Amino acid sequence: MVGSIAAIGMGLAVIGAGIGIGMVGSRAMEAIARQPEAVGDIRSNMILMAALVEGAALIAIVMSFLVS
Amino acid sequence: MCFSLTAQHNHDEHDGHDHSHAHDGHDHGEHAHDADNHGAAAHGDEHHANACGMSDHHEFDPGELAFHHVSDQNVYNIGPFHIPLPCIMWVPGQGIDFFSSGKFDGDSHGNGTKAYKKYVLHEGLVQRVPDFPTDELVDIGAHSVVAVKETVDGTEKSVSYLCYNGTKYKAEDRSTLDAGYFGGGLTSFHDLSITKNVLSMGIVVFLLGWLFLGIAKAYRRREGMAPKGMQGLIEPIFVFIQDEVAKPFLGAKWQKFLPLLMALFFFILGLNLWGQVPFLGGSNVTGSLSVTFVLAIVAFLVTNFNGNKDYWKHIFWMPGVPAWVKTILTPVEVLGVFIKPLTLMLRLFANITAGHMVMVIFVSLIFVFGKNGTSTLGGYGTVIPSALLSVFMMAIELLVAFIQAFVFTILTASYIGAATEEHHH
Repeated sequence: MVGSIAAIGMGLAVIGAGIGIGMVGSRAMEAIARQPEAVGDIRSNMILMAALVEGAALIAIVMSFLVS
Repeated sequence: MCFSLTAQHNHDEHDGHDHSHAHDGHDHGEHAHDADNHGAAAHGDEHHANACGMSDHHEFDPGELAFHHVSDQNVYNIGPFHIPLPCIMWVPGQGIDFFSSGKFDGDSHGNGTKAYKKYVLHEGLVQRVPDFPTDELVDIGAHSVVAVKETVDGTEKSVSYLCYNGTKYKAEDRSTLDAGYFGGGLTSFHDLSITKNVLSMGIVVFLLGWLFLGIAKAYRRREGMAPKGMQGLIEPIFVFIQDEVAKPFLGAKWQKFLPLLMALFFFILGLNLWGQVPFLGGSNVTGSLSVTFVLAIVAFLVTNFNGNKDYWKHIFWMPGVPAWVKTILTPVEVLGVFIKPLTLMLRLFANITAGHMVMVIFVSLIFVFGKNGTSTLGGYGTVIPSALLSVFMMAIELLVAFIQAFVFTILTASYIGAATEEHHH
C-alpha cells in the first residue's frame, strides 16, 4: 500500500481524530479546573466522547483498507 | 497473542519444513546464513517452486501476516498444540459434509498436507478445489496450495492454486454474503463449521454463564450480607451499568431492557478480553464483521420493535418544523434508522481489529528491522523496544476492550430510550 491515495486518506482521518480528541480532552481539563468535585462525571463523559470520535476515525481507516 | 506468533515462527523454523528440499528459512529470518541465499533476486525459486512452477515462499509481508492473524480459522493453534475443529461444509446441490479439520494434517501455519473430499487447508482456512479428481483422502504434499496475486476484473486479488500431480487446480475460498464488497462473494461451497470464532464464543458464553450463575447463587445464599468473592468484582460493574446507563436513558421501562443491556455488555467485554489473552491463539471474535453485524442487528430489531407512535412519527413526519423541512428530514431520518446500527457494528469491529493488527505489526518490527535475517544487530536491537511497545499497546487494548463494550451498550440504551420515551410537548 506504499504510495497510494488510501494511505493519504488514512492519515487525514487520523488528523481528524487527533483534533477531535484533543478538543474533548482540553475542554474536560478546563471543566475539571473550574469544578474539581465533578471530576468523576467529567471523566466518564470525556472517555465516552473520545470513544465516539475515535470510532468515526477508525471507520474511515477500515474503509480505506477495503478500498486499497 | 504476540508471543504465540513468535513461538509459531520458531516452531516452524526448527522442525517444520524439511520435506523435499533444503529449507534455509531465509523468509523467516531466524538464522544467519551464507550470503548467496539472500536478496530479492536469489529468492531461491528454483529450490522452492513446486512442479507447477509456483512458489509459496515470498518475502516477509507484515500486512499479510496481520490480516492472517485477525481472520477466522478452521484450526485452533495454541502454541505447539493444534486443536482440530469440526468442519461442516455445505455444497448447494450436493449435501453437507462433516469431518474434522485434523484430516488435513496441517502444520503450525495452518497449511494442510492432505486433501479430503476436494477440500484443502490453506493458511488455516478450508478451501475447495471443485475440479479435484477424487473425493478420497489423498496426500498432496507440503506447500502445494499457493496464493498468487492476479488481476481479476481490474483489481488485484489473491487467488489460490493447488498443484497436484503436475496439474494446477483453482482453489476457492468459502462463500461470503457480502456481494463482493469486502473481497468475498458466492463460491461453490458454504462454510458452516465450528471455526475458531465459534468455539471462542462458545467458551466465553460458558464462562459467563458459570460466573453469573455462581454469583446469583451467592446472592441467594448470602442474602443481606456483604458481597464476597466474585460478587464483589461484578457487583460494582453491574450497578454501574444499571445506574449510569439503563436508568438515565431508558427512564421508566429500564427493567424491561436491563437483561439485554447486561448481556450485550458482558458478552462483548468477554469476547474482547478473550482475544487479548496472550498465548491463547489470538482469537479475534469481535473483530469479525459477522459477529458485530449480528450484535448490531439485535440492537436494530429491539429498537424498532419497541418503537412507539411518537418514534415513528418523528422519523417519517417530524412535528414542530415547517412542511418543506419535513420533506428533507424524512429521508435523512430513514437513513439514520439504518446507519446508527451500522456505525455500532463498524466502531466495535474497527477498534478491536486495529488493536490486534497493531500487536502483530509490533512483533513483525523485529523481522523487518532484522531485514529477514541479514542484520542480526537490527533484529536483536529491536527486540526490547518492540516488547516494550507491545506491553504498552496491550495495556491500551485492555482499556479499549472495556470502553468499546461500554460504548456499544450505552448507545444501544440511548437508541432504545429514544424509541420508547413518552413524548412530552
